[in-house]
Amino acid sequence: MNDSPGKKIMRIIILCFLILKTVTGGLVEARDTFLEVVVTDPFIEMHTGPASGYPVFHVVERGEKITVIVRKTDWFKIRTSKNKEGWAHRNELVQTLTLDGKETEFRDVTFEGFKKRRWEVGLMTGDFEGAASLTLFGTYYLTPTLSTELSATHAIGNFSSSLMANVRIAAHPFPEWRISPFMALGSGYIQTTPNATLVRTVDRDDPLAHVSFGANIYISKRFIFRMEYNNYKIFTSRDNNEEIEEWKAGFSAFF
Amino acid sequence: MESRLFRLFLTGTYKTLFGLLVIISSNSQAAEPASNPLEKKTEQIILPELDRREIKQATVDADDFEIGGFAGVLSIEDFGVNAVYGARLAYHVTEDIFAEISAGQSKASETSFEVLSGGLQLLTEDERKLTYYNISLGYNLFAGESFFGKRAFNSDLYVIAGIGNTNFANSDHFTWNVGVGYRFIPRDWFTIHVDVRDHIFNSDILGADKQTHNLELTAGFTFFF
Repeated sequence: MNDSPGKKIMRIIILCFLILKTVTGGLVEARDTFLEVVVTDPFIEMHTGPASGYPVFHVVERGEKITVIVRKTDWFKIRTSKNKEGWAHRNELVQTLTLDGKETEFRDVTFEGFKKRRWEVGLMTGDFEGAASLTLFGTYYLTPTLSTELSATHAIGNFSSSLMANVRIAAHPFPEWRISPFMALGSGYIQTTPNATLVRTVDRDDPLAHVSFGANIYISKRFIFRMEYNNYKIFTSRDNNEEIEEWKAGFSAFF
Repeated sequence: MESRLFRLFLTGTYKTLFGLLVIISSNSQAAEPASNPLEKKTEQIILPELDRREIKQATVDADDFEIGGFAGVLSIEDFGVNAVYGARLAYHVTEDIFAEISAGQSKASETSFEVLSGGLQLLTEDERKLTYYNISLGYNLFAGESFFGKRAFNSDLYVIAGIGNTNFANSDHFTWNVGVGYRFIPRDWFTIHVDVRDHIFNSDILGADKQTHNLELTAGFTFFF
């Protein structure tokens, strides 16, 4: 018996951690040389935590030198010259200058970022010919108009469930539009397992190909809403090939 | 005849052009010393801003990911309350919203019927295994401080909901989950979680298809990275 999807996901979580750790590991090196800036606003409020709900406990005045240590979403952990540590919002730090008088930029993610995105990770849910489907996908943009994508889908039906892996190439003819349509071609593999409470039939492994239409809709910050239609052709070992239609929608974040 | 007229025309143009040049140059010469002190004054006001045109992109390490493990109890409907453990990975999109993927596993014990009947088994050992995974969106409802003795610590109370799959009795069940969690943050990189989650799925293990509610109570810890 194969491992259940839950166990696989647990392993994926640990793998993700290791990958992300190595990716962000390069930045850890830079921790020794923190960014130092001078406050030019009348004052900056320091919160005890990285959200507006946390209380303000200290105020940094104009002209004071602060060290920026780490970022969490839109909040920056700063240290004053008197060694007080707290969190300030990005908006308050935009006006700061570096020690040699240059402007600093604390990057905000906007629509411009959406147009220039390289990586996208997201999840979708929908209807896979009557079964509920869950999809996790990762996309890499070769150019703004051309992307490659790897996805894993779990379709959970009343009588059987399927695990499917796909790779595809997508064309985005209007990357500068807020609602950007795309079309894709891809192929993959599907493994179908009947539910145990039914009469036992054998598991099936089949290759498949698909064609897909959809649109990416930029919401705000790093968020994209995606909806798409997929038409799968499953090349079974039986006499007839199987055709499956899937509708799904979901969210993704880009980097 | 034509060429003579043309020459006259040309000399005329040259003279006018020369005259114009003289006027322009004398004008600018006269204007320059007068406007100089004014220009210098305005330059001084503008200059500091011009100096700051160079922008330095701040490279600050972002700690938006949270990873950890949890353990607790899961009440599997009809199959008793059982130990559960698992792992979670979260990505904080904004200060309020986060996406979480988590997976766990447990093992069902016997139903009351199995206990009372003495020896009768509804499921085999292998079928009693329960594993689940889910993808959820969480919202930090109450970010604030919790006081432990005289010391204040950061904390979040969040609500969370999502979809996923539960594999139980060797079959997959599409599963909804809703819950409430408390994140206690003693250090900016280390947190302690307490979670209550309801996993809802349809099951026909005991014959008729019915909706089951499987309540889970867990505690765990996570690291921000």
